[in-house]
Amino acid sequence: MKLPVNFMISGTELLARKKQSVIAMLGVMFGIAMFIFMISFMKGVNKFIEDMMLAAIPDIHIYNDIRTDYTHSVTEAWLHQDSSKIVVVHHPRPSKIRLNLKDPGRIIADLKTTPEVAVVSPLSSTQVFFNYGPVQLNGMLDGVDIYAEDRVFNLTEKMVSGHPEDLLTTDKGILLGQGLADKLNVVKGDLITLASPTGTVMRFRVAGTFSFGMSAIDNIKAYTTQAGVQQLLGKDRDYITDIRIRLHDLSQAKATAILLGRKYGYKSEDWETTNPSIKTGNMIRDTLTWVVSITLLTVAGFGIYNIMNMVITSKMKDIAILKAQGFSGRDILTIFLSQSLVIGILGAVFGLGLGYALSYGMSRVPFPQGEITSLKYFPVVFDTRYYLLGAAFGILTTFVAGVMPARKAGRVDPVAILRS
Amino acid sequence: MKTPILEAQHLDKFFPGPEPFQVLKDITLSIGKGEFITIIGKSGCGKSSLLYLLSTLDTNYKGSLSINGTRVTGLSESALSRFRNEHIGFVFQFHYLLPEFTVLQNIMIPALRLGRLSREAIEQRAMDILKQLDIDDIAAKPSGKLSGGQQQRVAIARALINNPGIIMADEPTGNLDSINTKIVFDIFHELSRQGNTILAVTHDRDFAARSDRIIEMMDGRIK
Ligand SMILES: Nc1ncnc2c1ncn2[C@@H]1O[C@H](COP(=O)(O)OP(=O)(O)OP(=O)(O)O)[C@@H](O)[C@H]1O
Ligand SMILES: [Mg+2]
Repeated sequence: MKLPVNFMISGTELLARKKQSVIAMLGVMFGIAMFIFMISFMKGVNKFIEDMMLAAIPDIHIYNDIRTDYTHSVTEAWLHQDSSKIVVVHHPRPSKIRLNLKDPGRIIADLKTTPEVAVVSPLSSTQVFFNYGPVQLNGMLDGVDIYAEDRVFNLTEKMVSGHPEDLLTTDKGILLGQGLADKLNVVKGDLITLASPTGTVMRFRVAGTFSFGMSAIDNIKAYTTQAGVQQLLGKDRDYITDIRIRLHDLSQAKATAILLGRKYGYKSEDWETTNPSIKTGNMIRDTLTWVVSITLLTVAGFGIYNIMNMVITSKMKDIAILKAQGFSGRDILTIFLSQSLVIGILGAVFGLGLGYALSYGMSRVPFPQGEITSLKYFPVVFDTRYYLLGAAFGILTTFVAGVMPARKAGRVDPVAILRS
Repeated sequence: MKTPILEAQHLDKFFPGPEPFQVLKDITLSIGKGEFITIIGKSGCGKSSLLYLLSTLDTNYKGSLSINGTRVTGLSESALSRFRNEHIGFVFQFHYLLPEFTVLQNIMIPALRLGRLSREAIEQRAMDILKQLDIDDIAAKPSGKLSGGQQQRVAIARALINNPGIIMADEPTGNLDSINTKIVFDIFHELSRQGNTILAVTHDRDFAARSDRIIEMMDGRIK
């Protein structure tokens, strides 16, 4: 029954100096509240940016990259792979670039049986000029299987006018990015003229407009059927330039992309590689969160360390009395460490509460409306793990800060104190 | 000779330093159960040092010490703590109560630490002792708000709570006026009459004269 008496002493002393205890506790509380708030908000921002970007890019993108290394073909053609000769080719001029994938049917069929893959959307893509009256704009035209593309990008939700299926019911239908449509000043039902890089000209009817919420896409992109693009380019029905893929598990993207690239011999990029800024941004925000939180908690820790040191210095006599009465160094350590821990635990509990309140408040603040219309409030993530982490952090900090003064108290020599 | 409750043999104590100072020199003494012993001697002769040694607070000495049949020399810090808690009641010159606690709590704390009785039984025993010392009316007072005489009586009550084998006191009246000094001396005599073993350091010749045995110290030795 020695524990209860130690805690009784500890508790009474804590209550006897309420002000100090409360101040020490407030330090921990603010540290943890800030941690919760910052991590919830930063993770919210990360998630928002990731979601927004991912809504506009596929998990994996397979395409035929333009190669600039022509030495191989030169050696083969002229020197018959004689390895004893070194060939240096200065500044070769590209000849006959193939942009499409060889035997796409086989690749697509194979992808569809790959277990990690959820959706496969093959497309034939080309640069085009959009003409409407005197306006001439440069852009990208993707000839897609609109159902597959819809499943990759959730187009249905992104339509401003019309539906994705309208592409199929309209003769030579085309879906335009909203920005593009605005610049051309066309609406659903208008006829526009498209010119291919090879000079072919064709007329398409606007079947709808869409918005990804990113001007880089909305201002240049248009969808039509695969047949539409193949016809515009004068290619056969096998002409496929890109394959976009959604996976069941996003985190598998990198590994799967490498695997597929090796398998088919084409460039295969995962979303992280295509958009390194997402990862960089996440990392910077995460680092910021940790630096600020750790700084605050360290300051709170020093606060506790200071206060406990002061308390112990002023309590030397009491420690000597307790020791003379049969309390061991361990008991004394328990008494003072438990005081720090009570401060830490209370601080953590209130800190979590305050952190939650701040996060909740932030998630109710309307986001300034502008380009990004999908966001109504500041993005905040509520995740129990952050709260557990924050609590563990706060308690660990107070433990570390409390242990040194408490050990000092435990080692007090009662004789030295009683003599003085 | 009664059964010894405390036996010290050839105790030597040095204060280390550039010129090591031997404060206790070959102290051998035995205290029988129920004895009331006073230690007297000039200031600086080593009385307090001896008391700290005998009370097991100071472990840095040569020689051997047994209390209540247990050889305490060489025991670990935690074992000594437990031993002190159970067998030794200590009264200081300055009354040294824990100021945040009430009188009753101060008295109960060593017993709660020992954990042998229930809280209720401890409280009952503390109240009985307070009554015996005629200060039961201040039981609920914060100990910081008492007069010196009251505090010293509370300290004595605290020393008694675990029914220790021996009560040690270092100039228990050193800080009190004559009225309170008389009260405290009377308490010690009464405790002695009830069969308690008492070892008290004092400067008061009259107090010493009324004890069973006087140990006179001089320059670290027993005369
Ligand atoms: N930590 C120390 N280091 C060195 N010398 C010390 C130390 N503590 C005490 N002394 C010396 O030891 C001697 C004995 O001290 P002690 O307190 O035991 O005497 P005392 O008999 O109790 O005296 P008083 O009657 O004044 O209380 C004194 O000369 C004192 O100066
Ligand atoms: Mg002394």
